[in-house]
Amino acid sequence: MSPESPSSGGAITRDEVAHLARLARLAVTDDELGVFAGQLDVILGAVARVGEVAAEDIPPTSHSVPLENVFRPDELRPSLTQEQALSGAPAAEDGRFRVPQILGEEQ
Amino acid sequence: MTAPTLVDFDDVVDRYDPTLGLEVHVELSTNTKMFCGCPTTFGAEPNTQVCPTCLGLPGSLPVVNRAAVEAAIRIGLALNCSIAPWGRFARKNYFYPDMPKNFQTSQYDEPIAVDGHLDVTLEDGTSVRVEIERAHMEEDTGKSLHVGGATGRIHGAEYSLLDYNRAGVPLIEIVTKMIPGTGARAPEVARAYVTALRDLIRSLGVSDVRMDQGSMRCDVNLSLSPKGSGILGTRSETKNVNSLRSVERAVRYEMSRHAGVLDAGEKVVQETRHFQEDTATTRSGRIKETSEDYRYFPEPDLVPIAPSAEWVEELRGTLPELPWERRARIQQEWQLSDAELRDLVNADALDLVAATVDAGAPSGDARSWWVSYLSQQANTRGVALDALPITPAQLARVIELVTTGELNNKLARQVVDGVLEGEGEPDEVVASRGLAVVSDDGALIAAVDEALAAQPDVAEKIRGGKVAAAGAIVGAVMKATKGQADAKRVRELIIERCGA
Repeated sequence: MSPESPSSGGAITRDEVAHLARLARLAVTDDELGVFAGQLDVILGAVARVGEVAAEDIPPTSHSVPLENVFRPDELRPSLTQEQALSGAPAAEDGRFRVPQILGEEQ
Repeated sequence: MTAPTLVDFDDVVDRYDPTLGLEVHVELSTNTKMFCGCPTTFGAEPNTQVCPTCLGLPGSLPVVNRAAVEAAIRIGLALNCSIAPWGRFARKNYFYPDMPKNFQTSQYDEPIAVDGHLDVTLEDGTSVRVEIERAHMEEDTGKSLHVGGATGRIHGAEYSLLDYNRAGVPLIEIVTKMIPGTGARAPEVARAYVTALRDLIRSLGVSDVRMDQGSMRCDVNLSLSPKGSGILGTRSETKNVNSLRSVERAVRYEMSRHAGVLDAGEKVVQETRHFQEDTATTRSGRIKETSEDYRYFPEPDLVPIAPSAEWVEELRGTLPELPWERRARIQQEWQLSDAELRDLVNADALDLVAATVDAGAPSGDARSWWVSYLSQQANTRGVALDALPITPAQLARVIELVTTGELNNKLARQVVDGVLEGEGEPDEVVASRGLAVVSDDGALIAAVDEALAAQPDVAEKIRGGKVAAAGAIVGAVMKATKGQADAKRVRELIIERCGA
């Protein structure tokens, strides 16, 4: 993973919050941009303290359980029926999940 | 949108150096998906091959398909890559409904195979080494259907419908390093590389690599730099390139388009473009998100994969004869010249001829059928040779019927036509079209006597010992029997009847 953590560049800016919100498809008001920037700063500051104790000989941990190579044989398991699969969908049509418009008209 | 200015291809290569990069996705033909036990069969009813894991429902957990990892390692080894002794899956986060999880499980900076190469032979026999950057494992996305707006396009559609049968099918993405210095041959190199990769993967038996069915897909990256400058230009990434021919055409088109942009003093936009099969052009897609925007992070639900050296060596031992080894062997066995072998490979007929030989036909006959008559038929129909509705076994049977004298070449072509028209097995076509060579002496003797009577002067010559004159009578009999007589037997009978 990228060794650059977002906090390494200093305080989180409102623009960065807006960018993250856009990637996460979250509607964030102008006031909230400032609030979240401050809060995210605190969170990142706390996480960054881990870096103070990290040494060359301590690899970054991504998995807390010391396991490797957990595999499944290539054998079929029962799937859901179409009806079951669609049962939780807000909208369905022709056996498919129906989702709202993805992209608007071409620019 | 204004139409892009296109620069004539020859002019482009006079003034610019192209740099190619090719990303090929191969769908593995495992029984089950990458992280769950759902089937991978193509063409099932929508959303009938899904489960909580591949639908990304809360509480579900993925487990890696061992066969998919083995296939990935074997592909890596066949591409002369090093196999990473340790690596993790990562989440590639994005909001797009083709993945119900809102992320795709992929490998990011720890691919299973790195640093390989594939030697590619161009049509004239020139060999080009394409360096492989990496091959990594990931999962396929679902299929979208865009409803409303312009026909089937995402832009302006009112809504979209999603089928997740394909979501989670194991994919191997094979990425080349940048391929510089191909000049005017860039389109050809791109096509030859994808062809060679397809043949290689097919030989491994890990995918059916059908571009027409989407089990092999190619993204073409291209940039231009001013000739000799060595300054790398901005690249475009063209997706939706679904045939070998399109690979070539996409490179050619993008070269002309980039040159048009650069000549106008503008900058090429780094973006995803979509190849349009009907017009052989590309169309702008979304502006590419940067890799940071995908917020990759290690997949916490999957533990690392650490292939032991023993496992890798065991898999190396399962590699079959690879295409270039096979070609060399076949060339020797069938005693082909370099040019003959090249014709066979260029016609994409090697596998078909080999299968026909395996079905019992002599290699020379099999070769001639596939490379000439059947290639013409495929061309006329606008399909790939291996998509013709005749199997190697059926062709072998036709060849056998010629060898035993039951068919001659002309009739054999009609039998093949019948098979291509869906009239059944060769023997059925022979029966239904009444195409067997007439070697029944009763019928032939009558025709011979008639022909001799019609040309008494010729008959006289033959009786006088001029056997060569029999040719005219043979011709007459063949004509009378509409080409269905066994010419050799006819000649024998003429000589018998004339007592010569």
